[in-house]
Amino acid sequence: MKTKQLAITACAAALATLSAGASAQISGGSVKIGVLTDLSGTYSDLAGSGAVLATRMAIDDFIAREKPAFKIEMVTADHQNKADIASNKAREWIERENVDTVTELVTTSTALAVMKVAKEKDRIAIMNGPASTPITNEQCNDVTVHYTYDTYALANGTAKAVTTQGGKNWFFLTADYAFGHSLEKDSSAVVTANGGKVLGSVRHPFPGSDFSSFLLKAQASGAQVIGLANAGADTTNAIKQAAEFGITPKQSLAGLLMFITDVHSLGLKPTQGMFLTTGFYWDRNDETRAWSKRFFDKQKKMPTMVQAGQYSSIYHYLKAVKAAGSDDTGKVMAMMKKTPINDFFAKNGQIRDDGRMVHDMYLVQVKKPADSKYPWDYYTIKATIPAAEAFQPLAQSRCPLIKK
Amino acid sequence: MEIFGIPTALLGSQLLVGLINGSFYAILSLGLAIIFGLLNIINFCHGAQYMMGAFVAWIALTRFGINYWVALIAAPLIVGAVGVVIERLMLRRLYKLDHLYGLLLTFGLALIIEGIFRDQYGISGESYDVPELLSSGINLGFMFLPIYRAWIIVASLTVCFGTWYMIERTKLGAYLRAGTENSQMVQALGINVPLLITFTYGYGVALAAFAGVLAAPVFQVNPLMGSNLIIVVFAVVVIGGMGSIMGSILTGLGLGLIEGLTKVFYPEASSVIVFVIMVIVLLVRPAGLFGKT
Repeated sequence: MKTKQLAITACAAALATLSAGASAQISGGSVKIGVLTDLSGTYSDLAGSGAVLATRMAIDDFIAREKPAFKIEMVTADHQNKADIASNKAREWIERENVDTVTELVTTSTALAVMKVAKEKDRIAIMNGPASTPITNEQCNDVTVHYTYDTYALANGTAKAVTTQGGKNWFFLTADYAFGHSLEKDSSAVVTANGGKVLGSVRHPFPGSDFSSFLLKAQASGAQVIGLANAGADTTNAIKQAAEFGITPKQSLAGLLMFITDVHSLGLKPTQGMFLTTGFYWDRNDETRAWSKRFFDKQKKMPTMVQAGQYSSIYHYLKAVKAAGSDDTGKVMAMMKKTPINDFFAKNGQIRDDGRMVHDMYLVQVKKPADSKYPWDYYTIKATIPAAEAFQPLAQSRCPLIKK
Repeated sequence: MEIFGIPTALLGSQLLVGLINGSFYAILSLGLAIIFGLLNIINFCHGAQYMMGAFVAWIALTRFGINYWVALIAAPLIVGAVGVVIERLMLRRLYKLDHLYGLLLTFGLALIIEGIFRDQYGISGESYDVPELLSSGINLGFMFLPIYRAWIIVASLTVCFGTWYMIERTKLGAYLRAGTENSQMVQALGINVPLLITFTYGYGVALAAFAGVLAAPVFQVNPLMGSNLIIVVFAVVVIGGMGSIMGSILTGLGLGLIEGLTKVFYPEASSVIVFVIMVIVLLVRPAGLFGKT
């Protein structure tokens, strides 16, 4: 099952009303979407099969609502969070199977590898899982869209909120690899900019399991806030052990990258009161609830922001293909950037020239167990961070495509 | 007061935490050492069996309302029984072959078992609460010690030394040791060696499951929880000397302490230190610290 690949062909809703000219612009007569994600490792809950399902739903909904004249196909593969596997697969898909867009790509290393292949072969890459900011800065290119979130938005949301609410002294518990360092760096900058102070940090091996030593150091530092610049099992284990050692609630924790699946697996007892930033919460309004319930019926879990973003980005992509009447990379990218995104995921979302999709983000607080009334009722939305403030401003961009 | 610029209070607490982790290493490497000693099998699915112990405890609690204390006995028995089935159906066929075959088979089994659990329960894992009786903590002055952590040390040391006593000081243990030395001779004396082997494997697996139940309230119960740990535990066994019972216990505890100190002085190296020691030991004493050359 190492390179599990299943190709599902979507039947075309051929409509006689559409001109033959439009469909002739689609290479090979069909639009092919490759979902390259972690189907078996650490990130398979937050992206994984849920992201595949979201893609499937987007394709089915698009066919039912927009009745395109072209066929849409999906292929999927497990990149195992390894950059070499990801780039080889993307290359194989593009060269042999004529895949038009490679999507999802959780973990920064796989994303950066596939971006290069996409640029070289002139195909589109749409990122939903990866978090690091270099994707739209030093490494940016004109065929990549970074859709759901990034470390800048997370730090800017969570670290700012916690610091301005009085959590002035911080200590970081950082996963010792590129993503952890990037998250710590972005968060420290936000803390200092808002009048806070970073007392210290400790870098733990990735992945770790026992965090008690590091937590005791954080405790000894006397910091009010312990910032968790890590993800997945590292974050959940650290939260669990902080409660065990009586560190919380005396000192508070800030989860700098947490997904609803993490909160679900830990339960509300150790996580209550924590602030976190997310691009999507299923229970925000009627629209998000309606979509999420459809997702839940199939997946038996509520969607993470990555999975919701995956649906939204694929739908937006397909709409752009239809509007452009072509699957040509340049034309589709131009159409995707020109058209604002308005759906359950984003309102007036916009893809900038650096590839960053800017949209509102949400600062949420995890509910107390007593306040949670039904399954997956986990968050209270404390603030909506408007698109213009949530993401790195273009003025600070290090992307060569941005002319200043 | 400070030692090398580190406050003694912090040092004390880190040593205690190191000892707790060392207890896990001790109990897991003990199981491996016993299995290797008698079966000549490098049991690579030890980590998966540790994970199964934790999951059985979690399933017992959430599905059937069976509490921690019962699970502490029941989970090792259940997982040990699975081990017996594996031994009877598969491992048995490999004893005459090179070590490598046993390693490959158990490695494959580990991947399959972890895959099944991942498919069923996802990767984020499940939460298992600390049992009510042990949920508080004591202030030792230099640190706040959760009682559960103290219990881990007590429980694992009791089981480790109990096992050592059984093997080194009882008649059953004498049969086991004799079987390791010369199984044909022991068989000729009328002792059912195949049964003894099955029992040994089941017991080794049960030890892993016991450690899994102990770990469930501290770590998130997750399908891959054993896969990272197992590599370190193998290093512990190699350092202690393959097949040495007391060696694996003492090495486990000792390395836990050393790892704890590394986390104080240079945390980035804490995941490597065990392997650095392994390399040095292999160069100086290839049979391990307590192994027979």
